[in-house]
Parts: sequence; C-alpha cells; structure tokens
Amino acid sequence: MLLRRPLLTARIPRSVVPVLTSPARRWGSTVSQRPGSDRVVFPGAINSEFTSDMAFITGRDLPAIPTFRVINSDGEMVDKTRAPPNVSDEEVITWYKNMLQVSIMDTIMFDAHRQGRISFYMVSQGEEGISIGSAAALIPDDVAFSQYREAGVYQQRGFTLKDFMSQLFANCNDNGKGRNMPVHYGQKYPRIITVSSPLATQIPQASGAAYALKIKDLQNPNQAPRVVACYLGEGAASEGDFHAGLNIAATRSCPVIFVVRNNGYAISTPTIEQYRGDGIASRGVGYGMDTIRVDGNDVFAMYEAMSEARRRALSDGCQPVLIEAMSYRVSHHSTSDDSFAYRARVEVEDWKRRDNPIIRLRKWLENKGLWNEDLEKETRDSMRQAVLKEFKEAERLKKPPIREAFTDVYEEITEEAQEQMKELKRIIETYPDEYDLRPYQDGLKGLE
Amino acid sequence: MVRPRAPRCLIAQIPRRYYSAPSPAAKLNLPLDFKTTPLLHHTPATLSSVPNFPAGATSKRLNLFQAINSALRTALSSSDKVLLFGEDVAFGGVFRCSMDLQSEFGSDRVFNTPLTEQGIAGFAIGAAAEGMKPVAELQFADYMYPAFDQIVNEAAKFRYREGNTGVNVGGLVIRMPCGAVGHGALYHTQSPESLFAHIPGVRVVMPRSPAQAKGLLLSSIFEHNDPVIFMEPKGLYRAAAEYVPNEYYTIPLSKAEIVKPGKDLTIISYGQPLYHCSAAISAIEKTMKGVNIELIDLRTIYPWDRQTVLESVRRTGRAVVVHESMVNYGVGAEVAATLQEGAFLRLEAPVKRVAGWSTHTGLTYEQFILPDVARIFDAIKQTLEY
Repeated sequence: MLLRRPLLTARIPRSVVPVLTSPARRWGSTVSQRPGSDRVVFPGAINSEFTSDMAFITGRDLPAIPTFRVINSDGEMVDKTRAPPNVSDEEVITWYKNMLQVSIMDTIMFDAHRQGRISFYMVSQGEEGISIGSAAALIPDDVAFSQYREAGVYQQRGFTLKDFMSQLFANCNDNGKGRNMPVHYGQKYPRIITVSSPLATQIPQASGAAYALKIKDLQNPNQAPRVVACYLGEGAASEGDFHAGLNIAATRSCPVIFVVRNNGYAISTPTIEQYRGDGIASRGVGYGMDTIRVDGNDVFAMYEAMSEARRRALSDGCQPVLIEAMSYRVSHHSTSDDSFAYRARVEVEDWKRRDNPIIRLRKWLENKGLWNEDLEKETRDSMRQAVLKEFKEAERLKKPPIREAFTDVYEEITEEAQEQMKELKRIIETYPDEYDLRPYQDGLKGLE
Repeated sequence: MVRPRAPRCLIAQIPRRYYSAPSPAAKLNLPLDFKTTPLLHHTPATLSSVPNFPAGATSKRLNLFQAINSALRTALSSSDKVLLFGEDVAFGGVFRCSMDLQSEFGSDRVFNTPLTEQGIAGFAIGAAAEGMKPVAELQFADYMYPAFDQIVNEAAKFRYREGNTGVNVGGLVIRMPCGAVGHGALYHTQSPESLFAHIPGVRVVMPRSPAQAKGLLLSSIFEHNDPVIFMEPKGLYRAAAEYVPNEYYTIPLSKAEIVKPGKDLTIISYGQPLYHCSAAISAIEKTMKGVNIELIDLRTIYPWDRQTVLESVRRTGRAVVVHESMVNYGVGAEVAATLQEGAFLRLEAPVKRVAGWSTHTGLTYEQFILPDVARIFDAIKQTLEY
C-alpha cells in the first residue's frame, strides 16, 4: 500500500515530528490477528473482545452523564472540602460586571427593536455564565468561532460597547461595514470570526483553524500554543457540519474546544424532537474526544471546565474536547419570535425563578462580602448610562459609503461590478428624487 | 435557526424599513401598494375570468402564507400520502404556513424535524421513492445549501439513474421562503432559483400571489411526477392578499401567464419583482402616451414556457427581464439568450436585464442592490428609445 508520510516532516525539526502524528497512528497493513486471540483486531475496532453474549447496548440503561458544578444556586461551594476556585476576587468581579453588562445591553436593545430603532436583536439571557466563564479561560491569542448567542464571549474578550452599538446600528464604525444583520459581531483581536447566520458552518471551520494554529505554533517556538473555541447550540448539533467538524477534529488531533450551549430549544423545537440519547455530550464520547457536561448557570464550573479543556486540547500532540453547557433559553429565540406560541409562560417563569447565572454569582460575591445592594444599584445605573450613551452616538452616525456594497466580494472590484457601480450612479443621478443618500457617508460620492 | 432564522416577524412585525426608507420626494420608488395592484384579485368577481380557477367556486380573502396553509390543508385532506415536515413546522412554522395542520392531521403526517436541511431533503426523497408525497419545508432558501447535494445529485437524477426499475421521486415538493424583505442582509434575502434551474430533473416554481400559490402548489404535489422546488417570496407572505378559491384547483407548471397584454415591449419576470414591474409599467404608460407594455409572469422558472415568451417578443420586438437575484449567470441570461436565438430578426433593441448587482445583499445597501421601480422604468424607457 501507499505509505503516506506527513507532508511537513522534511521542513520541521525532527524533535517535533512525533507531535504532528496522531498518538494512536496505525497503518492498515500492519493490523493482524494473533491466533487464538480473545479480541477483534480489525482495523476499525482494535481492542474489542469477543463475546457470546448477544448484548445490544441500550442507551437509556446507562447512567446519564453527570453535570459538573462548583457552586450551587445559593452561591455556595457544592463540595466544601475542595479548594475554592483559583481566581482572584477582582477577576470574579470583572466576570460579574461583564455578565451584568451584557444583560443590561440585552434589555435595552430588545426594547430598541420594539421601538423600531434596530431591525433585529437576539438576547442571551440565562446564558451569560456560559459565554463569560468559558471565554475567561482563553488567552487573547486563542481564536473563537461563535454562533449568535454569545455576546458574553465578545464582552469578555474586549469588544467594547461602542463596538456592539456600531454593529447593531450598522454605522461607519462597524467592523462588518454595515453589511450584516444585528448581533453578527466580529473582532480582529482577540480574534472572533464574524457570526454567520447559517447554523453549524463554523464547526468544521473551527477544526481547520485549530489545525492551522497547531501547525503554525509548531513552526514558531516563540508562540505560546493556542486553541480554538467553537460555540454552538444543541440545535446546530443536528446539522451535518457538526458531524463533519467533530470527526475531522478528532482524526487530525485539532486543539479545538466545542462549547455546546444546550438551552432546550431551537426556535420552537424542544430537545425531545431535536435528538434522542444522552444530550450532545454522549456524541463527543462517540467521536473519541474528552467530554464533560457542565452546569451553564455556574460561571466557576464553566471556567474550570474550559481551563481543563484548554490544557487537554494542547496536551499529547493536541486533541479536541467537547463541553456541553446546560441552560435554559429564558428569552424568545429572537425579536422575530414569540415563544409563548409553543411553550407555557409558566415554564419560563419557573426557570427564571429556579436559577440564573448572574443571581447565582451575585450570591457567591455577597456571601464573600464582595458585593452588596448599593454596589449593585450603582453598577447597574452606570452601565445603563454607558449603554445609552453609546447607543445614541452610534444611532446618529452615518452608514458606510455606498461603495461598500460592492467592495470585498473579491479582493479587487471586478470590471463587471465597476460597470454596475457606474450604472447605479447614472440611475441615481437621473432619478435623484428616488433615492435618499443622506444616511450614507459621502452621499453619491461614496459610490466612486 | 436564525439561525438568526428570524422570521416570524422578519416581515410582519417590523414597523418600518430600516435601511431602505423611501426617499421623501420619490414618485417611483414608493412602497408597493398591494391594495390596488392589478396583480391581485381584490374582489371574488375577477376570479371567474381566470383559466384553471374552478367556476362558481366560493372564495376567501387570504394572504400568501394563508393561501399556502390552505393548499397544504387541501393536499393533506385529498390524499393520505401527503406528509408535511421541516424545522418548526409543528407549531405552525416561523412564517405560519403550517398553522393548525398538526392538530388537524396528526403528528404522524405533520411534524418537526431536527435542524438539518440535508436530512430533511434526503428524508423527503426516500419517502417519495416509497410512493409518499412529502412536502418538505426548508426554513429559508438561504439555508438550502446543505440540501443541495440531495437535490442536485439525488432528487434531480433519481428517475434517470433508476431507468427500467421505474422508481422515481414524483410527488416530492421542497418548499422554501426566498427573496428580500429589506433587512435580511446576507442570509435572509437570497433567491437561488438559477442554481436549481441549472439542474435538469427538478422543476423550479415561484408564485407571485396567494391564488396562484395555492394552484401551483397543489399542481406540484398531485399533477406532476417530478420533484419540485417551490420557492415562496417571503416578502409577500403577509403583504399580498387576494381572493383565493376554497376548493381544490391546480395551475399547470411550466406554463407562463400573460398578466397584462401589450404591444410595444415585453417584460418577463416572476415572484415579488412583478409588483415593481407593474408599478413601473403604469408609470411609463402615464409618461409616454400610447405606449403599451406586456407583462409575463413565468410562474415556473424551469422547465420554462419558452413559446409564450418567444411569441410575445416576436410581437413586441423589445424585451426586459427582471429578477431579484444577481444578474450574473441568472435567469435573465437564459431568457435573453433564448430570445436572441429564437426572435433575433424581430428584435428592435437588445434584451435588457434588470436584476440584483453582482454582489451580496449587505444590510444597509439592499435598496441599491435590488431592482426597484426606477431602474425598471429606466430600462423600459431605454429599450423603447433604443
């Protein structure tokens, strides 16, 4: 058979070569069955014992994968014998403030949609702990791919209120040049790839990006090894790209962490109609990757699980890791959805009362004497003011120039598109009353 | 889902068009007036003049999503082979097209699928191969690409590949909302009909109105043994309302409709832009006295009614093709090439295309990218004055 050698072998120092190859590498031609063996040595299952007991595996007979938590809903350590989370008080307060900031922005922007000031919005109510706890375990050089309900990842990674508002109002300061629907944020550094509406497309991309980081970091010893964090919802895990992305990450030993937000609903579809089996976590095991299920309302559990996932992702020549973060989508899917058409109001109210990542962390902070009602009020007021200030500024700024409708399709505007721009200009000049160019930077000149 | 699968109000509950407010002085690019457009049956009386509509039938005023709902209800009651499924279909669908159908017909026949377009399409193909009539819903045309392999390599080639076994996927209909609403940006705006139209083996249909949608959808399910891609302009779901016959009726596929006869120029279009064309025609006929424009609705984009279009343009000598999706390698290119081959000696002017520019539909730029009344008006004028 053709023995394929790793392409890069010749170009990198011998000492790092073994890291490039999967630890369990085996060549098809070397698999053989010893006479009298008690197990199968087929290439596809190298350590499977023979049995005369015809036992089908029934998933529901197996114990459900447990859910890891550090603090309970009263903000107290679940296991009082273990050490408290290894995080400074200042950092925990930063997390709390970041969660609060996202939640306040959500309230204001959801209302802004009702008032007709933005066309669309999606809140992440109830899921702030997942985004912020996980992003807190990343280093700035790590790369994130998000879905669309991870404003907290952006907040934790330095996306400013001005950045949020510029995107939401599609103004001339928007990184996306006014092209994307609201909440499709993107950031250059720390890198977060711009949100794409189609579901699950980011998953195989995250695997490829992680592979690239692995190769690049091997080639550059001065670079601290990096991972990719890939966020998705449990609905997206039904797409073919989920299988593709996880399987390829496993086979190429990519340092990627899949953070699956399981919030119970994909628009109207409850998890019972989305999948059978033990959540998404059980599938991580199926792909041969280290997997954990975490209480998404527990920011410490998220942080600890993500830190350990990051360590594992970069160990033993790299490997993918899956975290299933359990939560409940307290909000409607988006401003385009009225979830009471498919779930009872009382169900939502129950969940709101039962648990919430922000309230839980606040209790922890209060238990430690780090927070109180006065600080809460003061912080909320100043955050609200800050959001409204950036809101007003962003809203009155102009949209980018109209030429941005045509740029960036290709690296250079094609000859055909240039002609179309000229034709558009001619039309606007011929029918000036038909177009309102005042909202756009440079008006008609912006088309040149 | 929305993904930002946004929907339910992507259209309806939005109070204004954020990024494409009409210019204060506009005379052409005004909001479409669906209350007076001649493209809709504003009273039951005009229904009887339409071929294919059942004579003397009772009718009811419905918008496009209600008419689709009525067609689906009619189909589900007409044959127990009809199945209806897709993402969020059970509670009525994000655009409300399947409202109440699960409670009326049960969860064996009307059901939610997991979130997988390739799965939905493949599942539907398999069910059709076993003789059912699956109506599969993809939540947005923008999200059909994972299903493209199933559609192009499987649905379209099924009968051809099976040959003498005779197995085919007739009865399969894949529905998807398409087109612009003014704030859908890159992924809630697309109209990928020309991608499907490039593939022999699937029929590609796009209705312009509620009454047409019901007849074309029933025809797709029951009257043809070919897989059908049924594209519903989502901007019309709530906006376009007209009288729709209550009972079963069909409108033939691959047959265009001359919506408005005329002698000087033929406009060929389909779906939502027909309303812009109609507005542009009335403006030009007011401005240029004596001019009379013919408007053709293709209704089926492929296999298309070449003869009706060729016959019209041989008569008028001038043609403009209008569609929302990008001009490059679009439906307009196919129509223009066919006219050049089949009506060359009768052409008085080059065939003009008014379509989306060759770019993506960036949020704040939609009004400049997609065809509007002014651009269609200008194209008619230029073609007449050529």
